[in-house]
Amino acid sequence: REIGTIIRSLGCCPNEGELHDLIAEVEEEEPTGYIRFEKFLPVMTNILVEKRYRPIPEEILLQAFEVLDPTKRGYLSKEELIKYMTEEGEPFSQEEMEEMLSAAIGPESNFIHYRDYITMMVIDEN
Amino acid sequence: MGSGASTHHHFAFQNAEKAFKAAALIQRWYRRYMARLEMRRQCTWSIFQSMEYAGQQDQVKLHDFFSYLVDHFTPSSHSERDFLNRMFTEERIPRDSEVEKCSDYESIEVPDNYTGPRLSFPLLPDHATALVEAFRLKQQLHARYVLNLLHETRKHLVQLPNINRVSTCYSEEITVCGDLHGQLDDLIFIFYKNGLPSPERAYVFNGDFVDRGKDSVEILMVLFAFMLVYPKEFHLNRGNHEDHMVNLRYGFTKEVMQKYKMHGKKILQRLQDVFCWLPLATLVDEKVLILHGGVSDTTDLELLSKLERHKIVSTLRCKTRKENEKQAEEKGKAKQTSSAGSLSPWFLPQSRSLPSSPLHLSSHKTHKAGRSSSVPCSTPLDPRGLSRQARRSVDLELERCRQQAGFPVITEKEEPWVFNPEADSAAGELLEASQEEWRQVLTVFSASNYYAVGSNRGAYVKLGPALAPHIVQYQANKATHMLTMRQRISRVEESALRALRGKLFAHSSDLLEEFKKHDNGNTGSITLSDWAAAVESVLHLGLPWRMLRPQLVSSSTDNMLEYKSWLEDLAKEQLSHENIQSSLLETLYRNRSNLETIFRIIDSDHSGFISLDEFRQTWKLFSSHMKMDITDDGICDLARSIDFNKDGHIDINEFLEAVRLVEQSCSEGDAADCPQATNTKGSGSWAATEDSLVSVTQVAS
Repeated sequence: REIGTIIRSLGCCPNEGELHDLIAEVEEEEPTGYIRFEKFLPVMTNILVEKRYRPIPEEILLQAFEVLDPTKRGYLSKEELIKYMTEEGEPFSQEEMEEMLSAAIGPESNFIHYRDYITMMVIDEN
Repeated sequence: MGSGASTHHHFAFQNAEKAFKAAALIQRWYRRYMARLEMRRQCTWSIFQSMEYAGQQDQVKLHDFFSYLVDHFTPSSHSERDFLNRMFTEERIPRDSEVEKCSDYESIEVPDNYTGPRLSFPLLPDHATALVEAFRLKQQLHARYVLNLLHETRKHLVQLPNINRVSTCYSEEITVCGDLHGQLDDLIFIFYKNGLPSPERAYVFNGDFVDRGKDSVEILMVLFAFMLVYPKEFHLNRGNHEDHMVNLRYGFTKEVMQKYKMHGKKILQRLQDVFCWLPLATLVDEKVLILHGGVSDTTDLELLSKLERHKIVSTLRCKTRKENEKQAEEKGKAKQTSSAGSLSPWFLPQSRSLPSSPLHLSSHKTHKAGRSSSVPCSTPLDPRGLSRQARRSVDLELERCRQQAGFPVITEKEEPWVFNPEADSAAGELLEASQEEWRQVLTVFSASNYYAVGSNRGAYVKLGPALAPHIVQYQANKATHMLTMRQRISRVEESALRALRGKLFAHSSDLLEEFKKHDNGNTGSITLSDWAAAVESVLHLGLPWRMLRPQLVSSSTDNMLEYKSWLEDLAKEQLSHENIQSSLLETLYRNRSNLETIFRIIDSDHSGFISLDEFRQTWKLFSSHMKMDITDDGICDLARSIDFNKDGHIDINEFLEAVRLVEQSCSEGDAADCPQATNTKGSGSWAATEDSLVSVTQVAS
């Protein structure tokens, strides 16, 4: 599980499926739950050299939100976000959902103004 | 019709597909974001831990300094001799004068306008509960009651054996708590969440009640009170911080003197005695050992129970030469070798005058190397307990434990609970009993937000029927619940980075030298890899410098860093007093904790002042031992410039304030000093808003 954290913090942005494949690639024949560095290093180096799993530019992210908000209100309701994040794509766990919500909206509000949300998260990254 | 319907379906399908893809994209992005956050959290944690470890090494250095003095220094004048004597002589109260002790507190009058809690003896449960409540309302217990309580506490402790043996027949469950370090909020929280002590609810507190936090006195009062009220169910073990020498360094002494200006000294003296009489360990049902500091493969319970524990005054004090000689004589006479029971510090690694103690109860975190945590022991015991760190270290510990005939231990190390976002903070985490329950070690630490607000949770362990451990984690700070993980991590990160920058500054000269070595052509620039290597070779913190680099180095072009200007920027950020010469300040700052400790020792009457002369002497000794390059004149100038009111005396606190770097005061979690920090920069106001945490968000705007 920690492999995902490492790969992601090196600048890559694989999805869960890709991550699983990667892990399968570096794992031992008999999965012990641990990854050996010697095996990991060449695979990771390749990924970096090939620039695989590039991070998502802000505009694309915005478009993704807009797809979920077809009438272009500029926001998503809490229920809508939950529905999409937990039912579509590679669904969030309950904890992931809660954490995302806590960062995205205040306790009283029910709407996520996604443009602002993205901006806030992106600034924080840098 | 047909085509219409199918087009409709077609669109619907397309839309569904789009939505799916959109959702997947967002999730992918979000997960990456969280991963980076997690990485930052771990970096921050490493910073705090390595700095704390380094601080402990520092203390060892101080101790070496004292040993060095004892062995090598020949005072050349009367004043120097007096000075040395004062540093090393213990003022011990003659044990037999109970009468004197009694009259101690009886003569203290409590003024009529005193609205704080009052105690009468024998203590009743209601008194103890009322005491907790009073402290929660921020009242202070009058010195008379403090001394009275200490007096009664001592009477009780003297009867206790070194190892408290407890049985779960009487109380149904036992709750074990770890380090509190003066954090009263955590104690109150534990009582609130777990319930107050009672005959059905036993508690064991495993040492380190004081130092660092700001309510050490109050914690002691509460703990002692409950111990007197429920002697069979409430147990305390001594920790390495229940030691007046350590208290000098880590803030308890200061706290007492600040809260009790008139009687503080007396209180400290009594406490010294009380600490000595605290039991060393608690054994539950002959199955689980609760002990501060951990065990090693040579921990021997039999020996432990035979020690004359009250003779171990401090782990840091060393004996004067006179005492050494005396002991050598005595040993020659005595046949028996209760060697570890004599007046000897516990864990001096290279003590010359003592036989090496078989007890390697280490107060230092064994941060890097593995500790063998089990013990061949004369009494047959089933080992128990579980390591509480991340899964992997659980496994490692178990491996080690499995190999040896085991010992059940719940120990107390300095390592705070890892902030575990997966564990529900409200529910306990029932650890797997499926793994070999035997031969395991569990480390419990109960001071949440130890490094900084939001840095970690605290925890306590309940031993239920069959002594299965059940862990409860918490964080005693309402405001942190309202922050998102992101905010919490940013905040703690800020704190860690600040401390780290301070440390970098403190080694500016060494760093410069090291950088120059990497700069072959004398260009003034080095590569970032060289930077990382150089920094590590100077600081020895074992941190991932390259990962931290963006936070520490703001400007670098083409992977090269102009190191001189970087160091200058560091200095500018840090210095608040330009009148003290920078390199001197750097040296002083690096040794600040040790200096403070030395000062407090010299200031034996705890007045807060030492004379210029004493300051000079101290500094001279210290700098020659540490091989520091400071001229005598430099010291004199410094001393004089710090003698702010020019009366020949230096206020210790003023001095430390002068040497203390601007932002460092906040990152040390020294809450008492925080508001006084003179800096007005952004991070200073961070400290000021601690109290009004609720509305603060760390979003950069």
